[in-house]
Amino acid sequence: MTAVATHPSGAPRGRAAGPPDTSVGPVGWMRENLFNSALNAVLTALFGAFIAWAAVRLALLVFVNSDWEIVQRNLTSFMLGRFDRAELWRPWAATGILAVTFGLVGGAGSVTAEQIAQQEGRQLPRITWRDRLRRFWPMALLVVVLLGFTRTIAPTLLALLVLAVGVVARSVGTRLPSVLNRFIWVVALLGFVAAVVVLSRFGGVGWDEWGGLHLSIFATGSGIVLAFPLGLLLAMGRRSSLPAVRIVSVGYIEFFRGVPLITLLLMGQFMIGFFLPGWIDAPSQLARALVAIVIFESAYIAEIVRGGLQGVDRGQIEAGQALGMSPLAVVRRIQLPQALRAVIPAMVGQFISLFQDTTLFFILGFDELLNVGQRVTNQPDFVGQGLQSVTLPFVAFVFWAISYSMSRESRRLETRLGVGTR
Amino acid sequence: MTAVVDAPDPPGQPPRSSRPPLWRDVRVIRVVLQVAFAVAVVALISYLYSNLVNNLTDQGIRTDFGYLDRPAGFQILGSDFRAAQSVSDALLVGLSNTVSVAVIGIVLTMILGIIVGVASLSSNWLVRKAATVYVETLRNLPPLIVIVFMFTAVILRLPRIEAPAEWFDLAIWTNRTISIAAPSLDAGSGGFLLALVTALVLAAVVWIVRTRHNARTGQPHHRVALSGLAFLAVVVLAWSLTGRPLGIDRPEVVGRQLEGGWSMSANYAAVLFALVIYTASYIAEIVRGSIQAVHKGQTEASLALALSGFQRLRFVILPQAFRIAVPAIANQFLNLTKNSSLAIAVGFAELTQVTFIVIGNGNPAPQSILLLMFAYLFLSLVIALFTNIVNRRFQLVSR
Repeated sequence: MTAVATHPSGAPRGRAAGPPDTSVGPVGWMRENLFNSALNAVLTALFGAFIAWAAVRLALLVFVNSDWEIVQRNLTSFMLGRFDRAELWRPWAATGILAVTFGLVGGAGSVTAEQIAQQEGRQLPRITWRDRLRRFWPMALLVVVLLGFTRTIAPTLLALLVLAVGVVARSVGTRLPSVLNRFIWVVALLGFVAAVVVLSRFGGVGWDEWGGLHLSIFATGSGIVLAFPLGLLLAMGRRSSLPAVRIVSVGYIEFFRGVPLITLLLMGQFMIGFFLPGWIDAPSQLARALVAIVIFESAYIAEIVRGGLQGVDRGQIEAGQALGMSPLAVVRRIQLPQALRAVIPAMVGQFISLFQDTTLFFILGFDELLNVGQRVTNQPDFVGQGLQSVTLPFVAFVFWAISYSMSRESRRLETRLGVGTR
Repeated sequence: MTAVVDAPDPPGQPPRSSRPPLWRDVRVIRVVLQVAFAVAVVALISYLYSNLVNNLTDQGIRTDFGYLDRPAGFQILGSDFRAAQSVSDALLVGLSNTVSVAVIGIVLTMILGIIVGVASLSSNWLVRKAATVYVETLRNLPPLIVIVFMFTAVILRLPRIEAPAEWFDLAIWTNRTISIAAPSLDAGSGGFLLALVTALVLAAVVWIVRTRHNARTGQPHHRVALSGLAFLAVVVLAWSLTGRPLGIDRPEVVGRQLEGGWSMSANYAAVLFALVIYTASYIAEIVRGSIQAVHKGQTEASLALALSGFQRLRFVILPQAFRIAVPAIANQFLNLTKNSSLAIAVGFAELTQVTFIVIGNGNPAPQSILLLMFAYLFLSLVIALFTNIVNRRFQLVSR
């Protein structure tokens, strides 16, 4: 950055020294950015016409031509599949528990990020309301759209309650004693388990009847959580100095990264029962799918963690050895803390990718979001009207909003944790 | 330990033996650990394998690959495959469909991806934003939804065969088939093809000669213009001598079918287009990122050397950007190939779909899935081989 901070349009910001710039105001901006050459003028005209046409078509499609009744009437199916409608308080309670968990973890995480930045002498960027809006608008849009499709006031009130609980939990999270702060991942795990228990135990609905968006989120969360320890072991195995361990790890990682997930899911459906001894009951369909996901994801997580381990300076390890630390202590106290912090953004990326891969459950016949989108078009009131062009964009929007906001979050974490800047 | 440090061995004499006890000797520990690990892994695998074999024999399922030679007993839409042919033939049809999607998809996705990637670096605000919106939308959608949407909401809603849509006689599309005009070979085209090969060889020779000339004397080589001229001269000569040997095979509606041209079924078109627009969003990001990753000093240095805009791109920016982009793009090629397995959702008979049908027809699942996995591993290996060759050609030779 030179002394004069320039606006993207090239106009100096504030009253900087130098001759006045002619390109100010909207006309100047347009001359600078849209019509700065003959080719660009033609491109602007063509693209402008195309974008205007597309915008009009999209607006007509969303607000005039599409009948969103099919989504309105089936919103609960989109969210929960065939979940027992008498037990709807359970998903709300689970959402509340998750809001508390995320609030606590988020609050504690921001404190940790500040401490780390302070230790390294970096300045964390200040967060304004505008930043918050930029950060949360896809999620907010999703919630507004979903609540817009509800027909009573109750879901809106409950959603506001959950939001309030989350905000309170976040402010509690920033005030946690530092001892608890260190074990915040235990809180995250407990929250996840508690949500599952509320849903399925004590007269709840077993996971074989789960569906909709809820199933996708559950499969993603448990897939990542269960695959992480295995991935960590594989990553360390791949970097091991023992050839036997290294060969097995490399073979596992490369094999499962080379095949598509759908082949593993097929293997789960058709073969996992065969691998078990006769005295074990055949696991349920969802359990077999989860095993396949864990096998697949652990290979990818292993490569991510390996990247983090490679980023730890050799001098750090040697310093640990020079201090007489045991190999295990070097791994636990020096390598892992630095490596795992560096891989958080990539792990969020893997989370998004697994979340999107849960659409493959559609192929296995689970009642997940995409399947609901297809099946509701066969209801007596809607059959034969080609309403896939209404339900599929809705499903796509749900996936897009969640994935897009998480991918922005991972980019934000990258700057906040200072990955790649040290 | 301390004893050794305190009393160093006198020079010239062999060191005193100070081997630690066996259970603290690093060399012994390493061997023991590895043997224990290997035994554990082998035990686990053999346990699972024996379970598999026991369960299969209990249920009367064969454990060999003999089923591959039996008649398949099903038909594959959109191919000449007959039910009497063997299972292995069916799998080969599936494999060739997968390869077809992968190869054509990779070519189209590169074209679209580079266009969008360059557009996202345009100085025109509107073009830049449009490219960004494209990338951010497609990247955050699950590929399966893109495929299913393309099939049910786009391709299946094309006009029916009774009222097909067409474009200048060059393409006809209906909700069953999409046909595009293709070059066709007429009489005398053999000679023309021969001339085409000759022209290519000649162009290559001119290229090499001019490059050597440039290297020897330092004079401008003009190799693009000169070899292009040589190529065109031979082709035009051959064209006029053999009398317009190449025609255009235009698609046309015959009854309830499309004939002529290069035609693809609705399922194939859905999978191909969906994977192309999906993967192109990743390629565009890679192209944009790797052009931006070239150090700014490089641009400034080339400006200081008074290179023209073309020279700056051709000799400074693109070679470095390409080097950064190759591994990431190779990864996307692998992803596209693996994602073609999602075609199972719209009933396109690629490898996974055929395997699914094979298993559904009562053939043993374990062997079929094993074959499926190894087929994908083989495809991955082939792509990795090609991209590694390209990569090696372009990587920086380190000092």
